[in-house]
Amino acid sequence: MARVLGTSIKRREDPALITGRGKYTDDLQAAGMAHAAIVRSPYAHARIRGIDTSAAEALPGVLAVLTARDVAAAGIPGVVPVGWLLPDLKTPAHPMIAADTVRHVGDAVAVVVAEDRYLARDAAERVAVDYEPLDAVADVVAALEDGAPAVHEDAPGNVAFDWEIGDRESVDAAFASAAHTVELDLRNNRLIPHAIEPRAVLASYDSSTGEMTIHMTSQNPHVHRLLMTLASLGMPEHKVRIVAPEVGGGFGSKIHHYADEAIVGLCSMKLDRPVKWTATRTETNLTDAHGRDHSTHCELALDADGRITGLRVDTAAAMGAYLSTFAPAVPTYLYGTLMSGQYDIPAIHCHVTGVFTHTAPVDAYRGAGRPEATYVVERLMHLAGEATGLGPVEVRRRNFVPPDAFPYQTQVALAYDSGNYGPAMDRALEMIGYDDLKTEQASRRGNGGKLIGIGFSSYIEACGLAPSAVVGSLGAQAGQWESADVRVHPTASVTVYTGSSSHGQGHETTFSQIVADKLGIDPEAVEVIHGDTDLVQFGMGTYGSRSAAVGGSAIVKSVEKIIEKGKKIAAHLLEASAEDLEYEDGSFRVAGSPDRALALGDVALQAYLAHNYPDDLEPGLSATSFYDPANFTYPFGTHVCVVEVDTETGSIELLRYAAVDDVGNVINPMIVDGQLHGGLAQGIGQALWENAVYDDSGQLVSGSLMDYAVPKIHNLIPFELDRTTTPCPHNPLGVKGVGEAGAIASPAAVVNAVVDALAPFGISHIDMPLTPEKVWRAVNS
Amino acid sequence: MYPAQFDYRRAGSVDEALGLLQEHEDAKLMAGGHSLIPMMKLRLAQPPVVIDIGRLDELKGISEAGGSVRVGSLTTHADIAASDVLAAHCPVFAEAAGHIGDAQVRNRGTIGGNIAHADPGSDIPPVLVLLGASVHLQSPSGTRSVAAGDFFQDLLMTDVGEDEILTHVDVPALGSGTGSAYLKFEHPASGYAVVGAAAAVTVQDGRCTAAGLVVGGVGAVPTTVDVSSLVGTDLSDDAIAAAASGLDAEDPIGDIFASGDYRVHVGKVYGKRALAAARDRA
Ligand SMILES: Cc1cc2nc3c(=O)[nH]c(=O)nc-3n(C[C@H](O)[C@H](O)[C@H](O)COP(=O)(O)OP(=O)(O)OC[C@H]3O[C@@H](n4cnc5c(N)ncnc54)[C@H](O)[C@@H]3O)c2cc1C
Repeated sequence: MARVLGTSIKRREDPALITGRGKYTDDLQAAGMAHAAIVRSPYAHARIRGIDTSAAEALPGVLAVLTARDVAAAGIPGVVPVGWLLPDLKTPAHPMIAADTVRHVGDAVAVVVAEDRYLARDAAERVAVDYEPLDAVADVVAALEDGAPAVHEDAPGNVAFDWEIGDRESVDAAFASAAHTVELDLRNNRLIPHAIEPRAVLASYDSSTGEMTIHMTSQNPHVHRLLMTLASLGMPEHKVRIVAPEVGGGFGSKIHHYADEAIVGLCSMKLDRPVKWTATRTETNLTDAHGRDHSTHCELALDADGRITGLRVDTAAAMGAYLSTFAPAVPTYLYGTLMSGQYDIPAIHCHVTGVFTHTAPVDAYRGAGRPEATYVVERLMHLAGEATGLGPVEVRRRNFVPPDAFPYQTQVALAYDSGNYGPAMDRALEMIGYDDLKTEQASRRGNGGKLIGIGFSSYIEACGLAPSAVVGSLGAQAGQWESADVRVHPTASVTVYTGSSSHGQGHETTFSQIVADKLGIDPEAVEVIHGDTDLVQFGMGTYGSRSAAVGGSAIVKSVEKIIEKGKKIAAHLLEASAEDLEYEDGSFRVAGSPDRALALGDVALQAYLAHNYPDDLEPGLSATSFYDPANFTYPFGTHVCVVEVDTETGSIELLRYAAVDDVGNVINPMIVDGQLHGGLAQGIGQALWENAVYDDSGQLVSGSLMDYAVPKIHNLIPFELDRTTTPCPHNPLGVKGVGEAGAIASPAAVVNAVVDALAPFGISHIDMPLTPEKVWRAVNS
Repeated sequence: MYPAQFDYRRAGSVDEALGLLQEHEDAKLMAGGHSLIPMMKLRLAQPPVVIDIGRLDELKGISEAGGSVRVGSLTTHADIAASDVLAAHCPVFAEAAGHIGDAQVRNRGTIGGNIAHADPGSDIPPVLVLLGASVHLQSPSGTRSVAAGDFFQDLLMTDVGEDEILTHVDVPALGSGTGSAYLKFEHPASGYAVVGAAAAVTVQDGRCTAAGLVVGGVGAVPTTVDVSSLVGTDLSDDAIAAAASGLDAEDPIGDIFASGDYRVHVGKVYGKRALAAARDRA
């Protein structure tokens, strides 16, 4: 059997997706299906004086118009829950339909159900809501100022939480005796996830059985079911089935439980008919949980040798109008804990204020907290290279956690299990031809032409979320293990049921490779089932670069159990002792007697026939496992970006982008490269183009793709990728996760490159996105 | 993104289209639909009737006669970009059309729709003004033509009357010794021009005999820059920079990506670069 792990077999998902045969939620039709349109607030903050639904109801074909009153009358909890609690977290209620106050543009105030979606939209326009507009605050810093409009009565000063990690005093001491200090005020720009498929729900309630089937765009169907049971709809868990059909990307935005899926579910219950809702792109932009949106002051202290002695970070992190599902975790446990980067930093303190604003909620978006942390650390490292005179490479090298220091306990809770940072930097320098670039940079500086800049980002991330006990102690209201049920059929083909629900990553390909490799069979003999709460045992879903590390490990565990059981069956059939059996290349063999062997198929068939079978063994050949990781995984790497800046207009051109990533063992290199490409596009997009802008009244001015610039293929360049391999020591595959690495590393690399190019102008920082106008203004100020 | 209810009528001839326009108040003509339909989906336009003129072959095509090129209003951007006739006589027109959107947009969008919509970020208007094109309109009462420079009146406002159809544009061919260029500073989100500079210069015996520069994206309508100072010069970089810096806009437009001041600045830089490119091609 040729090796399957580590080979770029083509994605089995692609033929259907590429030829347009993938079935997404909006492609599904149900008999008797009606269509919902949600009426949304045009104001960022307003009191609802009244709602007149009569004109909408009068349109022929309109089936129902529901408001908060109907939610109350339905006797359901009717609230959208938060799933991560911090100490002293303010958790103001988030009603699924606003009753008396709207708190962001896009807040749901009513829903119309009609026979077709055009009619539903027309009717939605006829719902007359009498608003009393109130003052709003959209900016995270302004929301903290005295006298700022309050988003929630029960969250004074708009503070959702006040959180810190690390040791303030030792940091103060480090700064008091520092030889060099650098500091920075930065904004981490608010982003809109922009999955290509907008969120969609098809809810089908059947009053005769009391069962509800919800097809929806979900990254974690079981979590959605649980939250709909515990909050929002309050339905018995066993009566709800959630199915995620093909899901066209999520980047985190489809983890969360939104009001919309509960609203559509309620409509279906009311009408006893299937009801479908698909967000328009405008709705998506107004209501998908956004990402980032930090305002940060940060400082780094170094000694005379350029060794870091202290890091101080103070961040105001926008939460938006309500706490989304995992929102409080993102700027805290996925941010403050990453502040050590790849460096041995003896003293760190990070303080974060979670802030309510009259905007869409902010929650996990590709990288979730780790891009923000990397941006802080790597921007400071760039400045430290300048301040110490060591330059960007040497200052990093000098501070890397040395390879013999692992496991390495940081000052901010995490214990890095493994790492070897120098080789990734070496390789990146070699790929990019650093010395030649420096020479060219110097010569261009002399001749008045376009300037070039070289930027580094040596990142670390904690992914493979996560040890359940750890996240539980940190406030998660859920475990973070993953499950796998592996069933070997009588004819030795295999079906895997995984709790890790794919939304474009290629789980079916990757997981079949794992099983094929471990069982020594053809990947084509392995089917992978995911994304259906009726088919799959409980699972936690796909986010935090966890599918391979946690979901894949659960699969390995089940395969191991199957091999153990198979050995007992084979031993019985071969009249040998199970301890003497080995499993190799798809056969059970008696050690030392190569001719005494049975193929997996012989054993599987007997497991189901059970005609000639051990007395003490149950028939069947399947195993279910729940794998809870021992630690996070810690991918790392060094990225180098080279840009050219036209100082006359401020335009930036990407010239090169080299990324050396260490994601541990690689299952499918093509899929890993694809994940990096996508992540890099999004991270570069954040650095150069993407920006969710609210005006002072809380209107989203970048609400359409005419104003919000997602990266397009012609904006990007071919990426130069390579890897080092430091396997994860605590999971059976040695894999670490790659889904977020590109988005985590790249913003800092790009900004560092631009700032490097502009060094002759004395420019040390420009906030993202680095639009030409901002660059031009910086050059001319 | 669902339009309000509307009726759809397809016209089989220009006369029929004119009749339908008369018949239905507030009706909208639809050519490629690439500006109208987005407006309708956003419900910024809610015409009760849409009159599809997309199949009127009489309004399609590019031909040259007597030193002038006629381009039918339903000619697509793709056909303009690929036209040998334009490449020979007004290359800057084809060049600008090639910068519009992506291949799908160029295959559907038409010159008539583009200029009738008159988006300030459109690539075509500055070129037509530069070339001194005339825009031809037909109504039940007859035909008329208007100079491109007068056609664009304000943001999304043109000289097309409610009962009129734009039939074609006539573009004078560029003479020998003339180089032209269109340079676009693209908006990263919409792909429209933040600034688009169209320039032409004619050189005889090493001296400039005529020069023109029109910049789009800075004002509500294309801004003509007085570059007559170039006539008689050898079109040195300095002379070009000085001429382009004459760009002036009373009330420049701006958005969250690029402010008015910045657009004026980029207009000067792109104007200079477009003039230099035109010189190098002359
Ligand atoms: C994604 C995208 C990107 C684009 N990028 C660019 C770009 O980079 N640069 C650029 O310049 N443009 C761009 N456009 C606009 C494109 O050029 C459109 O095709 C053009 O603006 C409208 O042409 P149309 O034929 O589609 O007109 P339609 O949308 O059919 O009509 C537009 C308007 O013109 C009127 N109209 C149309 N034809 C006539 C006629 N013969 N007589 C009278 N009135 C008429 C209509 O009633 C309507 O009001 C883009 C469009 C899209 C969708």
